[in-house]
Amino acid sequence: MCSDPSSLEGFQWLLCYLTTAKHMQFYGSFGIVMLLLVVTVPFIMVFGFLGALARRSGFAPFRWFGLGYTSMVRGVPDIAFFLFVPIALDQFVEFSRHKIKCSDSTEPIYQGNDFVVCAAAKMPLGSAPQFFHEAWGFTLAVVAFAIVFGAFAANTIHGALMAVPKGQLETARAYGMNDRQTFWRVHMPQMWVYALPGLSNLWQILIKATPLLFLLGIEEIVYWARELGGAKTGFFTYPHPDWRMWYFMALLFFYVFLTWASQKAFIWLEIKLARGMTSRTTGVRA
Amino acid sequence: MKKLIIAAAVSALAAGAAFADTVRLGTEGAYPPYNFVNDAGEIDGFERELGDAICASAGLECTWVKNDWDSIIPNLVSGNYDAIIAGMSITDERDEVIDFTSEYFPADPSGYMAMAGSSVDVSSAVIAAQVNTIQAAHVASSGATLVEFATPDETIAAVKNGEADAVLADRGYLDKFVAESGGELIFVGDGIIIGGGVGMGVRESDSELKGKLNDAIAALKADGTVNKLIEKWFEGMTGPY
Repeated sequence: MCSDPSSLEGFQWLLCYLTTAKHMQFYGSFGIVMLLLVVTVPFIMVFGFLGALARRSGFAPFRWFGLGYTSMVRGVPDIAFFLFVPIALDQFVEFSRHKIKCSDSTEPIYQGNDFVVCAAAKMPLGSAPQFFHEAWGFTLAVVAFAIVFGAFAANTIHGALMAVPKGQLETARAYGMNDRQTFWRVHMPQMWVYALPGLSNLWQILIKATPLLFLLGIEEIVYWARELGGAKTGFFTYPHPDWRMWYFMALLFFYVFLTWASQKAFIWLEIKLARGMTSRTTGVRA
Repeated sequence: MKKLIIAAAVSALAAGAAFADTVRLGTEGAYPPYNFVNDAGEIDGFERELGDAICASAGLECTWVKNDWDSIIPNLVSGNYDAIIAGMSITDERDEVIDFTSEYFPADPSGYMAMAGSSVDVSSAVIAAQVNTIQAAHVASSGATLVEFATPDETIAAVKNGEADAVLADRGYLDKFVAESGGELIFVGDGIIIGGGVGMGVRESDSELKGKLNDAIAALKADGTVNKLIEKWFEGMTGPY
């Protein structure tokens, strides 16, 4: 049916248009956004916990590191970090690989403007299929997201650990629990209730920050919306005027739906976690 | 993710052994008829066909990479791909940062495109141009007010919605918009030659690749392939080589 688009009209034309291979890539890119969210969150939580624990550490250098990490990332614009981390990490990896794999090379790595490593040190190799280049770019993006959002999470978790009433911990001690037992059995489970509002907020911000992938050259939904929406001349099988507004509107609905659904999920989780705690301390309606 | 990375590394090594001579070609994919992404989601256009012909002639295994125009030179320099083939005019300014092959497309006259019925004085009007292009540099030095956009498509949209009085771009790119607008869009004034011819960009340290590409371009000019492709993609133009 779609073999001769120029003969089609109205609804049929639109149907064929919306099912081109290019549009399939657009629909697939929604999966990239979801994949980023799913893959990044565990890393963010790990960075967050390590950051928070470092700030509470009895060992001063850890404490300084924790404080340095959270304040530095919080004090620098996200975009600067997102541009810096992938380039720096990519060059660091290629630089190290060059030193290991091509240790006999005498060519300098920085030649004027060029950053030149030997062919075997390229990450991924120049001959690798495009998929691996994209997977590598995606990995760099995940690291950048994890570092930045991990710092916010560290702050939230640190604050939540402080917010658990001292009396709870003292009672645990009175029952004869040691430090470790107090932390895992009393402190941590109660911490979640205080951390959740902050973490849910962070999740919403993370959803809205995913278009930054576009900035890193990853073809996610904003990229495709702009590409597909732009006016198309007769060089294309489906010429059309500037339709960017409609494409961006579709994205708008996608993001609103995603944040709305997560809000619902977080409210449910907050109620569940606050069970058995007084509403006076948690502020959650149970 | 870790598994994925390991898998990526392993098969990258395996693939590396099979094709040692893979050249990654970077293009914008948003500048028809030079290069664009067609409805099948593939890179298409004059430069797609020419690039494939060059690689075949030079005996190179080539893959295509899309990259935004404004970062296309930095990403070549940092090694994300090995050559730029994106309608890039050879200029002294760019030549300081990267190297160019010999031209495969002659200096294309640039034209001002505006809405029909508007009176535009190109020396003082608001002119849209794509960022980092020879046209943007020309507008900036002409006394007109320059508004820059990241993509060529946005420069056209700016004229249509009145944000700019006219757009300055290659005639080869604008021709189709004028022809299909049904008289709504017109050229203002004559075409002006701003830059030199169009060539492929390579890293300055990569003279071996530059040599191979130059030989292939020379061979394709000699056997008429370049002329044929120019005539196919650029309506009403005769191949000059």
